[in-house]
Amino acid sequence: MLPVACEDPAAYADRSRRFADVPAGDGSRHAITVHRPASLSGIVGTEQTPQGQPVEVSCGTCHEVLRPPPELPTSARTLGGPHSGLRFEHGSNECRSCHDPERYDRLRLASGDSIPMTDALRLCAQCHGTQHRDWLHGAHGGMNGHWDLTRGPRLRNHCVDCHDPHAPAFPRFRPMPPPPDAPRRSADHG
Amino acid sequence: MDEKPTRRVALKVLGATLGAVAFERALSPLRELDNITSVGDFLQKHYRELSRDEMNAVLRRLEDETQQRYGREVTIRDVRPTEGVQFAYALNLSVCIGCRRCVDACHVENNHDRPTHQSYIRVLEMTSGSMDMEQGNVGYDHTVPAEGKFYMPVQCQQCENPPCTKVCPVEATWQEPDGIVVVDYNWCIGCRYCEAACPYHARRFNWHKPEIPAAEINPDQSYLSNRIRPQGVVEKCTFCLHRTREGRLPACLEACPTGARVFGNVLDPNSDIRWVLENKRVFVLKEELGTRPRFFYFFDV
Ligand code: SF4
Ligand code: SF4
Repeated sequence: MLPVACEDPAAYADRSRRFADVPAGDGSRHAITVHRPASLSGIVGTEQTPQGQPVEVSCGTCHEVLRPPPELPTSARTLGGPHSGLRFEHGSNECRSCHDPERYDRLRLASGDSIPMTDALRLCAQCHGTQHRDWLHGAHGGMNGHWDLTRGPRLRNHCVDCHDPHAPAFPRFRPMPPPPDAPRRSADHG
Repeated sequence: MDEKPTRRVALKVLGATLGAVAFERALSPLRELDNITSVGDFLQKHYRELSRDEMNAVLRRLEDETQQRYGREVTIRDVRPTEGVQFAYALNLSVCIGCRRCVDACHVENNHDRPTHQSYIRVLEMTSGSMDMEQGNVGYDHTVPAEGKFYMPVQCQQCENPPCTKVCPVEATWQEPDGIVVVDYNWCIGCRYCEAACPYHARRFNWHKPEIPAAEINPDQSYLSNRIRPQGVVEKCTFCLHRTREGRLPACLEACPTGARVFGNVLDPNSDIRWVLENKRVFVLKEELGTRPRFFYFFDV
């Protein structure tokens, strides 16, 4: 029987190799940034610029001018212009449940407060409290960067990065391919 | 040419009884025959026996060998744990959709063999209501998530009481102070006892020399994790220690589009992982075995 040194993590001949030399931080932490989806500042048109880039039109381009705005429709079916054909599958909500009827380029909270489109997270959180709570604790929604904020920043996904607010169910799609020699059951594999 | 693990061991033992120079001479005909394993490989000490200087020499040698065999300049570091850090991982089975992005990210990050599309992660398609991982389907290939199914990615559970390290006859695998179970690929003799001992099917054996085109190699490598493994040794998930020991998130977590994965330091009371362990009804796989995984699962309720 060999000595059970393998269970003793201190068993490094050169004890200085046991842990990394991490310089003591000054207590400061890097930021957690929430990604800002482009769809919250405008729409991407079908036309292209001379450089071949899709034309992005900010909400205000039309909605700053259309004042006072025409009455908000109650259903997506009656939408025209750049919004025609919008797929709407988000419960029994109407346009005005989220959009500010006075200013279409803004949102309106249940309290009546008007907020900029880019603050959509606050609006989503009104109904989706458990998801918002989990998101605040890093347990909902993808992220990139550092678990250790003393060493680097973190970038969080916004609700709208993954969920289309007009049809928020996560779409079904093909997975990445299975391993070529995948055993059917996990038990068949050593 | 293929290298025979049994011969490696025989030569290691032989090396111990001869002077280094004599050993080098004795080996030279063999070296011409077979340039897969270097003399330095045979003479190398166990990872934990190496001083810093010796470790650095080993790393430079391995970088040179990678350059020769794979035609790519890489950096191989010895990334050590941080004091006061114990890792844990949790996975939300209510939001995982079985897309296998994590499987693929592991494949790329950890320089796995391309033809077999090797990965440390397997996603099991499970029938709702069943919790027996042995009945999970690994090879599903249809639109996800499928009706009546849920998806359970399984990788090394970094057990606190790991059966795999106890069966190793040469101590080539052990648990580090931050909880990560590692393998010294240069010490492993390829007996596969650990693979048989692991209740989670988490270990993989390199039947062939891994094949990776130079352009696809991840050059940010570490000795105990994602450097290209030799043929004939066992490997496993290391929680991407070359990333996580420097504060970064694991590659599988960053690739996950749903945010099913939560990772961090359980010793930090303000960490996300601590919040999950304290507020979700987490469970571990095959709890009855007493392996005490550091990998937890939960459903949203
Ligand atoms: S999951 Fe398997 S390989 Fe990982 S520590 Fe546990 S027994 Fe060892
Ligand atoms: S990437 Fe995320 S959602 Fe996709 S299979 Fe892996 S854990 Fe599940």
